[in-house]
Amino acid sequence: MSVDARDARVFFVDPGRCIGCQSCVQACTECDTHRGRSMIQLDVLDRARSPQTAPVVCMHCESPTCAEVCPADAIKRTEDGVVQSARKPRCIACNNCVLACPFGVPKMASSLDLMMKCDLCYDRTSVGLKPMCASVCPSQALAYLTPDELARLRPAARPVNTFRFGAQAITTKVQVLVPRGAPVEVIDVTAAMHEPSLGHEVAAEVFDAVLEGADAPEGRS
Amino acid sequence: MSDEQPPEGSAPAARRWPEPPLELETIRRFGPHRVDARSARLTAARADERLVKTHCCFCGQQCGVQLVVSGETVVGVEPWYEFPFNQGMMCPKGVKRYLQQSHPDRLLRALERDPGSPGGFRELGYERAIQRVAGEIRRLQERHGPECIGMLSGASLTNEKAYLMGKFARLALRTPYIDYNGRLCMVSAGSGNKKAFGVDRAANPWSDLLGAEVVLVSGANVAECAPITTNYIWQAREHGARVIVVDPRLTPLARTCDLFLPVRPGRDTALFAGMLHLMIEHDWLDHEFIERHTVGFEAAAAEVREWTPRRTAEVTGIAERSIVRAAELWGRAKTSFLLHARGLEHHSHGVKNVLSAINLVLASGRIGRASCGYGTITGQANGQGGREHGQKCDQLPGGRDISDPEHRAHVAAVWGVPVEAIPGPGVDAYELIRRIDRGEIKGLLSLCFNPLVSLPDSGFVRQALQKLEFFVAIDFFLSETARLAHVVLPGSLQEEDEGTITQVEGRVIRVRKAVSCPGEAREDWRIVQDLARALDRAAGFSFTHPREIFEELRRASKGGVCDYSGITWEQVERELGVFWPCPAEVPPGARRPAANGTPRLFEPGSWNPIARGAGPFFFPDGKARFHATPHTGPAEDTDDAYPILLTTGRVVSHFLSGNQTRRIGPLIDHFPEPRLEIHPRLAERLGVADADWVTVESRRGSCTLQAWVVRTIRPDTVFVAYHWGGRRSINQVTNSAQDPISKIPEYKACAVRLRRAEGPPEHAQRLEPQQ
Ligand code: SF4
Repeated sequence: MSVDARDARVFFVDPGRCIGCQSCVQACTECDTHRGRSMIQLDVLDRARSPQTAPVVCMHCESPTCAEVCPADAIKRTEDGVVQSARKPRCIACNNCVLACPFGVPKMASSLDLMMKCDLCYDRTSVGLKPMCASVCPSQALAYLTPDELARLRPAARPVNTFRFGAQAITTKVQVLVPRGAPVEVIDVTAAMHEPSLGHEVAAEVFDAVLEGADAPEGRS
Repeated sequence: MSDEQPPEGSAPAARRWPEPPLELETIRRFGPHRVDARSARLTAARADERLVKTHCCFCGQQCGVQLVVSGETVVGVEPWYEFPFNQGMMCPKGVKRYLQQSHPDRLLRALERDPGSPGGFRELGYERAIQRVAGEIRRLQERHGPECIGMLSGASLTNEKAYLMGKFARLALRTPYIDYNGRLCMVSAGSGNKKAFGVDRAANPWSDLLGAEVVLVSGANVAECAPITTNYIWQAREHGARVIVVDPRLTPLARTCDLFLPVRPGRDTALFAGMLHLMIEHDWLDHEFIERHTVGFEAAAAEVREWTPRRTAEVTGIAERSIVRAAELWGRAKTSFLLHARGLEHHSHGVKNVLSAINLVLASGRIGRASCGYGTITGQANGQGGREHGQKCDQLPGGRDISDPEHRAHVAAVWGVPVEAIPGPGVDAYELIRRIDRGEIKGLLSLCFNPLVSLPDSGFVRQALQKLEFFVAIDFFLSETARLAHVVLPGSLQEEDEGTITQVEGRVIRVRKAVSCPGEAREDWRIVQDLARALDRAAGFSFTHPREIFEELRRASKGGVCDYSGITWEQVERELGVFWPCPAEVPPGARRPAANGTPRLFEPGSWNPIARGAGPFFFPDGKARFHATPHTGPAEDTDDAYPILLTTGRVVSHFLSGNQTRRIGPLIDHFPEPRLEIHPRLAERLGVADADWVTVESRRGSCTLQAWVVRTIRPDTVFVAYHWGGRRSINQVTNSAQDPISKIPEYKACAVRLRRAEGPPEHAQRLEPQQ
């Protein structure tokens, strides 16, 4: 399949859809190139208050910080914008990329002395298949779509691929879906870190109302 | 049976059972042990790998998957993008399921109980085991009559196996006493659907969720128990649907829904009564539909007259404004879809709950059309087909009634036996256990059922099973229940046999054999045929391939409500599934089923064998039924001694009694052992902190586990998942009160008390979490 056809599909993350099932994580560990290790992380935001979870995949930055800080030039970005795992002969396991990536994606496989990260299932996407995580995701919080499919399947959403971390602005190949009407052009990640997890107010509000119910379950227990 | 009868088992007799034994030796020998990865994969040449298009073996969604097979080993899974229901999607169970095959715990030979052998069993040859089982059955039946043998079967079996088990019990064992574990799953939905619509199947394919303006999800933790349905609901939302979730817990689906109704467990009928009350008050009714296509509206309306928002709020514990808002959203919608599952159905009034939900659908008139739907979410793989073809105690194939002379005559003709050879109705699975306890049933054959983990009040179940004079279990892993058997016959995994399954939407699909049975293990249908032969009752049990069983099933179901007579395996393969009803013949003028059967029920002008053109519903007059459903709470409500409600359910990484998933390392790690979800307010009052060990106790038994302090549950309710056995089983605590009609047990509400435990219990120190 040609590079053009491959480019026609884009990887989207829609955090509002995530249900925390870990299918993505489990499927990622099945890849032959990193068997038993997941290159995706599922973050549980604040389980005491909300069931909210968020999948963290490599965003495949246009100017990848991981590659920029690599002293051994081990991290390559393909022509079609996929930032690959460190090349084994070059990687010196210095951990620079692990510390520098603003999204916290690269992981050091200490037993192998090798940095490993998501390469967008290059073995699959390069032959026209969807990445494993976006294939299995039961809520399609991770989705790999053509522009047509995006328009048809996500009429209520809009893609954003610029992020701000303090002073640093980053543009990525992977795009995040936000509600169509939301006035968001750039996702300010530093600010978002201080927001309570979604569903938190619901839990507080609804279950507090429960206590006032005249059935007064609380009073009896 | 009338609705007025009190539920069974509700007497508050204080009884306690001994703690389950730790069974360290048995576990050491037979597991559950964990397997983490298939090391073969890394070394195997990819060239010898093949892909087998089949389905996941677990839940009723029945995701299409491709198993990656190398020789006789399943080494992985690959998405099957073309299968229309899931298009490659899978939950973590589907991704890791392949690890159950070639598992070190797999039973390869028959076992015979022997206290002197390691783990309490010694191996014996397959043929000797069959002869021994047949001999014991013959001996018991000669002494006590044929009815002293019972049979418990399961809804994860293919249609072919389920059909054969019903036939085997009636003709080879000659006993009325067969029932199945769908009794813990689909029976309230089934009874409700039959009473209201005359037929028991999801009314619509899931694709009808698209375009629904409102999706009402009641008592269904969709994200964890029916994960693929999540995408359908989110797709509906992309197109503008409002999502309403009714649940005592803020589930992952509820987190971002439009309206969350945190119902107090056991009060669902009250909620739906309150909503119908408001629909009537505001005239949000489809009068024409009610007039032309239903009966019983007046009685249902009279019943809800008293259910003002105020009273509904008082009983359900849901804020009045939320109830009003729910009625408004539902009442004003032009299209809608209502989904429910065990949260609504696992009650001593589960059928009433279902009927009161259906009342909302009928009052709106939104059924039988595109984007206007209703469905109950099937739990087990073949929760649908498994409840249609005769392994239910009162049923014959095709959804026929074992007490109906015409139905009996049809099936007797297909089976080639006199009508009298078919015994009458038996009893439900829990009553079957009670009859074992009373000594009326002395021998038991079980397969695909792990009642010691899955039935409520498991202390009672254990001591009853221990009274059996002879117990034979067919299993692929030694389940907790099979540990009590005298003989265990090695059965087959789903990937070791051919057959069909009917998934959640009523779509018949093909499961394919990927590998052969290992060792002396056999396909379950071969095992029971071998038993029939050894009993000298081989007539009607000489099938050589599941396909031949399906051909007989087609004839047996012909003319019944669940009519498969027009379905062939080729058609199922070609169409990627065929929805029943799919009759081979319809009368002149009636609409023929499409190539893929009948995806949507109750369409205007549709034909069915009961109404015969009188209307779209499966009653002689073609009309659906409203039901007056007076509210009743749980059989065991809270009181001063037991002031907290316990509700139970599932987690995404395990399946039912865990006999398979508790042997798969990555699924164990995801959720290693049960925890007790408790709201911080209740926890604080009891002096319980997160991760503290707590003992949860009812009148029946107790369970000690770690607290999980979360604000996502009602403060008057605690939740525990039920996938574990032994001392980790929450079913030591639950109540065996049953619905008077469906006989489903009340897993979703019983009264408990809680106290902080001194520290970790013995089992936590001596056993691995999954054991
Ligand atoms: S358990 Fe159900 S949802 Fe999960 S993969 Fe299997 S069939 Fe699909």
